[in-house]
Amino acid sequence: MPTLITPISGWGRYPVQPCELERPERYADLLPFAGGIIARGQGRSYGDASLNENGHVLLTERVNRLLKLDAARGILLAEAGVTLADILDVIVPKGWFLPVTPGTKFASLGGCVAADVHGKNHHHDGSFGNHVLGMEMILSNGKRMLCSPTEKPALFWATVGGMGLTGIIGEVVLKLIPIESDFMVVRHHAAADLEQLFQLLESTDLDDRYTVAWIDSLTTGKNLGRGIAMFGHHATKEEASSSPGKSRKIKHGLSIPFDFPAFALNPLSIGAFNALYYSREGKKREPFLSSYDPYFYPLDSIGHWNRMYGKRGFVQYQCAIPSATAFEGIKALLEKLSASKRPSFLAVLKRFGAQGKGLLSFPMAGYTLALDMPIRNQGLFDLLDELDAIVLKYGGRIYLAKDARLSAESFRAMYPQYSDWLKVKKVVDPKNIFSSNLSRRLKIAEEKTA
Amino acid sequence: MSQAILILGATSAIARATAAAFAKQGSALYLASRNADELLRIAIDLQLRYGVEVHYGAFDAEATETHEAFFQSVVKTLPDLNGVVLAFGYLGDQMAARDFKLGEKIIASNFTGAASILSHCANYFESLQSGFIIGISSVAGDRGRQSNYVYGAAKGALSLYLEGLRNRLFPSGVRVITIKPGFVDTAMTYGLPGLFLVASPQDIGARIVRTLGKSSDVVYLPWFWRYIMLIIRHVPEQIFKRLKL
Repeated sequence: MPTLITPISGWGRYPVQPCELERPERYADLLPFAGGIIARGQGRSYGDASLNENGHVLLTERVNRLLKLDAARGILLAEAGVTLADILDVIVPKGWFLPVTPGTKFASLGGCVAADVHGKNHHHDGSFGNHVLGMEMILSNGKRMLCSPTEKPALFWATVGGMGLTGIIGEVVLKLIPIESDFMVVRHHAAADLEQLFQLLESTDLDDRYTVAWIDSLTTGKNLGRGIAMFGHHATKEEASSSPGKSRKIKHGLSIPFDFPAFALNPLSIGAFNALYYSREGKKREPFLSSYDPYFYPLDSIGHWNRMYGKRGFVQYQCAIPSATAFEGIKALLEKLSASKRPSFLAVLKRFGAQGKGLLSFPMAGYTLALDMPIRNQGLFDLLDELDAIVLKYGGRIYLAKDARLSAESFRAMYPQYSDWLKVKKVVDPKNIFSSNLSRRLKIAEEKTA
Repeated sequence: MSQAILILGATSAIARATAAAFAKQGSALYLASRNADELLRIAIDLQLRYGVEVHYGAFDAEATETHEAFFQSVVKTLPDLNGVVLAFGYLGDQMAARDFKLGEKIIASNFTGAASILSHCANYFESLQSGFIIGISSVAGDRGRQSNYVYGAAKGALSLYLEGLRNRLFPSGVRVITIKPGFVDTAMTYGLPGLFLVASPQDIGARIVRTLGKSSDVVYLPWFWRYIMLIIRHVPEQIFKRLKL
């Protein structure tokens, strides 16, 4: 297999590592490499989950065929390299939708399983792995193996959320959800502070299938946590019939052509944007129709939006805090963030429902807060360590698909099912062939952190 | 315009992209290659994405004795067949220059196999007095250079063959188009040093389909390769033989 040696990174463009890339075009060429390898779909994880410094990386992007669609029952079989975007192009016209979708449709199917991604509907529908009926994997010995919640469940639940460390995901069977239209019915409610925001998110009257809150991460004092709660669901035929025209697909015309200079995103510019956003979006109290594309994938319309963070890239800090301590925990995090005067261009809060069965899966019943922070200097990493301490104090954890700098000790403390996961890993990959920068940094596949 | 097109060598990246571009237009397809598992995957995928009829069957460019029967079965399956895209090719190894066993394979797959299947296609379309043949050659066939002249010679021979075929079939109203891609981002070039202006297979596939709408005979893809090769072809041999291209 020809290889290309080149530096690659995740979506945050930090870190960047030289890797030896393999890019098979055939399903039969999805194979492990004895010297160590990690699979990479579209590289939409933010940190180093799909990097293998000076080692092999298996690009699955060309092994992306749709293999079967049961349009009556909503079941799809596809190769793991296919993007959610390609899936949507085929299933939406037939009245089906993804049961769970992350914030970008340019992620790969295999990547969504490996990260056990979640969307705005976790509190109702759980995470991606909940809807996977089965998959075919290629293990470290090169052999193919089927697994599902009923067949080899240990391997299945070690792979869902397993960050590609149990084997190569080859094909996935996904259960879809039926939709009556391409549109979403959306309502916004403004909240003047964090307490109000939580009240809105917990309100059973306002609750909808999809809920998310945007937080102005720069406000302080009594405005801390000012934001907008957004509620939505798929429009029924009736609700959609009041729409002006056909569903609008995002035109991918706008693209950031070069890295913005470091000063472009700063407290002044972001503060101004936030104030405008709060004012404009907060006014949309009446339910309005939105096409599904901009509703689920607002940032996808801006090509290479990660370049807005400049050449040094950015870090996404996403944590989950359990229900009992969620309010205090999120408040403490926002207070620490605002005191640090480090701008976060995007702060998003979502509810999480019950934890799934993925042994290393991220969601836990409670709330999740995601923050984007540009990397300017080492000070950021010190701040993030302090945030980790707060997260740990409140019994929460960090999302590995976004992580670029968590410590091995913190990881162990945050993922209590790690030892169960390790048992499966040792059986299916005893030589630790599936290994990445992330797994080595977090000392995953090692017994002790010492 | 309802089309039914045979794609030979359908599992390569350029062929996949060309098939997709034709399917997007609503063409029915017959995909042919040696790799049955891959063919099936590609065929189902195209059916699901574009809702077109996609048939498939085994085809081995080097097994020339099977070509007549193969072509007959294609026509039986796709009676409306009105076009063929020859998309198979094999770059081989540098060592082919020194080891003829390797070189033979390059010549057999890129030229002899092509000449064989093209003769059947040509006879058929000539009798119909309509149809088109698109042969994917390469800029490598425009001049022999030390780094890959066995492949270059085979592709050059293919280009010459297509030229003759174009001439023969002109009175019958059958179009013969020679496509000469430059560097394309496929398994053939992945990781190779010295690449530049590399085009995506999707780009090439879309452009191939568009050539049918124009009156072109020999098409360099992307367009700037025509001018690059114009220069390369005109470098005097006294100078060229000293270069290390």
